Amino acid sequence: MTHSARSEARTLAILVDNEPGVLARVVGLFSARGYNIESLTVAETDTAAHTSRITVVTRGEPATIDQIKSQLDRIVSVRQVIDVTDDAAGVLRELALVKVRSSGQDRIEALRVADIFRAKVIDTTLESFIFEVTGASEKVDAFIDLMRPIGLTEISRTGVLSIHRGPHADRLMGGDAERSPEPLAS
Amino acid sequence: MTATSNIAQIHPPTPAPQAGVEMTGAEMVIQALRDNGVDTLFGYPGGAVLPIYDALFANDDMRHILVRHEQGAGHAAEGYARSTGKVGVALVTSGPGATNMVTPLADALLDSIPLVVITGQVPTHLIGTDAFQECDTVGITRSCTKHNWLVSDIDDLAAILHGAFYVARSGRPGPVVVDIPKDIQFAQGTYLPPGQSPRRSKRTTRQVDQTKIAQAVEIMARAKRPILYTGGGVINAGPSASAALRELARETGFPVTSTLMGLGAFPASDPQWLGMLGMHGSWEANHAMHDCDVMICIGARFDDRVTGRLDKFSPNSIKIHIDIDPSSINKNVRVDVAIISDAGEALRAILSAWRTRRAPAPSIDAWWQRIDQWRARKCFSYAHDTDVIKPQYAIERLFAATRGKDVYITTEVGQHQMWAAQYFHFDEPNRWMTSGGLGTMGYGLPAALGVQAAHPDALVIDIAGEASVQMTMQEMSTAVQHRLPIKVFILNNEWMGMVRQWQQLLHGERYSHSYSEALPDFVKMAEAFDCTGIRANRPEELDTKIAEMIAAPGPVLFDCRVAREENCFPMIPSGKAHNEMILADDLAATRIDDAGKKLV
Repeated sequence: MTHSARSEARTLAILVDNEPGVLARVVGLFSARGYNIESLTVAETDTAAHTSRITVVTRGEPATIDQIKSQLDRIVSVRQVIDVTDDAAGVLRELALVKVRSSGQDRIEALRVADIFRAKVIDTTLESFIFEVTGASEKVDAFIDLMRPIGLTEISRTGVLSIHRGPHADRLMGGDAERSPEPLAS
Repeated sequence: MTATSNIAQIHPPTPAPQAGVEMTGAEMVIQALRDNGVDTLFGYPGGAVLPIYDALFANDDMRHILVRHEQGAGHAAEGYARSTGKVGVALVTSGPGATNMVTPLADALLDSIPLVVITGQVPTHLIGTDAFQECDTVGITRSCTKHNWLVSDIDDLAAILHGAFYVARSGRPGPVVVDIPKDIQFAQGTYLPPGQSPRRSKRTTRQVDQTKIAQAVEIMARAKRPILYTGGGVINAGPSASAALRELARETGFPVTSTLMGLGAFPASDPQWLGMLGMHGSWEANHAMHDCDVMICIGARFDDRVTGRLDKFSPNSIKIHIDIDPSSINKNVRVDVAIISDAGEALRAILSAWRTRRAPAPSIDAWWQRIDQWRARKCFSYAHDTDVIKPQYAIERLFAATRGKDVYITTEVGQHQMWAAQYFHFDEPNRWMTSGGLGTMGYGLPAALGVQAAHPDALVIDIAGEASVQMTMQEMSTAVQHRLPIKVFILNNEWMGMVRQWQQLLHGERYSHSYSEALPDFVKMAEAFDCTGIRANRPEELDTKIAEMIAAPGPVLFDCRVAREENCFPMIPSGKAHNEMILADDLAATRIDDAGKKLV
């Protein structure tokens, strides 16, 4: 899919029944209908209720994003689709493991940058560090950009995770209410 | 939901056994089918479903129609479902049994037909070992079902089966697959009937939004050039939705058109009927769609065969869209008012709001005068021939010969399908079974078997082409075995007619591989199947031969030899707008540009 001027990145939290094949259903929908996935995270989050949370960062024009949400809602295993992108109460975080190989002054510079980004050193040798950095994707990007000239050798990123501020569990947000299924019976 | 309540009315559930009965998985399958109102299923046995077939042997009140190929079972179940409003059921084995079912599943998904397909699977401990007749059935069918399940625990089986029926018929109906490993079929477990099983799928009940209904009625009441554009959703919402549509049309005086899938929801004999719309729709329906100021789309999805060129589609209208599936809204065409609802409920809500509105609606007489001018173009006229049977004439005579009879029509896919839609007219819903979305050649013959199984005394005719019908020809043997007296009316022009037509219009008359050099003798073939074969060669013998076909007590293959190179008109050429459609008599002036050629 081509990126036009109106195309924008959106972060969707998808609460699904934790059952075999559910990830394939969600990912398969994106590939079958030609939608983008920029990042994807998934894990079981509520063992008692058998639910997992899939966070997808996708990109498209507003009409395409609406279609993606409606199409996700059609999947029987999908309980809720929540768009957390423009939500002031939405918290978005990503974790990255970043390996940097350097010596001399560059080692000191790497530690200084890590300190500014509040990244932790989780492994070291005499010629390398592995940093663990968390934050918004832009912050992780900035950290990686700064490490590149110092000796960046490898990156592993989780993709975006999201949750809402406040004491309550996730609920349907504004414009989505009309298109989302009723709460589950039993 | 209307569809659900209809099913309950048509088939009251048989008394359920006491809660918590011990039985095998195979017995649970039969019990669950019975508890969900199933009396007929279509299937083909094989190694991985033998325990279920064993249970069928012991429960001979459950009618099983043995097909000759699993695809036939799927289409037969579709025909059964579409003609009754009930869920169609098929039972097939693992591996090739399941893969042969893929086409009917994809077909039912696109046309929103409720199916429950039960597939056998290799035993749990062999899954993933490339065992004999193993395939990843849930993986293969994931994208061509509404939902599917692989049963991995006997304790889940009953609840999954009940959930399967719920998912298939609720909301926008569709096909589901339940894949049952052989060891689960043998295992003992506790069966719980539908009401007592834990519910395993989300509910999708939804109230009609009264504000949107009020908005829609306000727009309708100001319309000067309105049109009701209806689709298969009206049929799926049950006979009461068709009744509500008729009432609404009568009270508003609005003209009505329909998609291929919606034919019969509004009577073709009604003066307000404009005929089908779309690529081979009527001149008046397509022009009215283009020029209308208010379009009320009910249970249709703005398919590319309906809209033609999107950026020129009905440019000056306010669009109201009623659909039970939110993903249909704004998918292809932006609409102004969206009502997420069952078609019947929305129609009744609009009707009652229309009756209590304050301002009287303006006259739409001028609009009807314009429509009458388009009608005067007589877009379905064709050149008669005294020597050769014209395919249009054949359908006209078939229609005439079946008046006053309890008739159901299925079709294959191609020119004959479009001629059937144009020249055979339907006054009632559930009488017309055709593969609309997927366009599956080979659908009509097995679908007719399913219709006939549901309506044993009705006249069930598959209007076919000689190319399509050969794709599932073997099911004539099923018709003979189960005494299903279907009539297969083949418009035989020796060409894959629609392919030939496109090659003529779009590919410089290069007829690449669209002519069947060798065709079977359909009359002899009928004899080989031990049914009746009839051939008509000339126009003057057609009526007698059709009467002979209708009078035959058993299945008939009718070889109707028609004009070879007739084209199907009117036609909106690819990449053109509704008001750029062509008729038979301006073919010479037609030029389809390269952009159009690249479309399907």
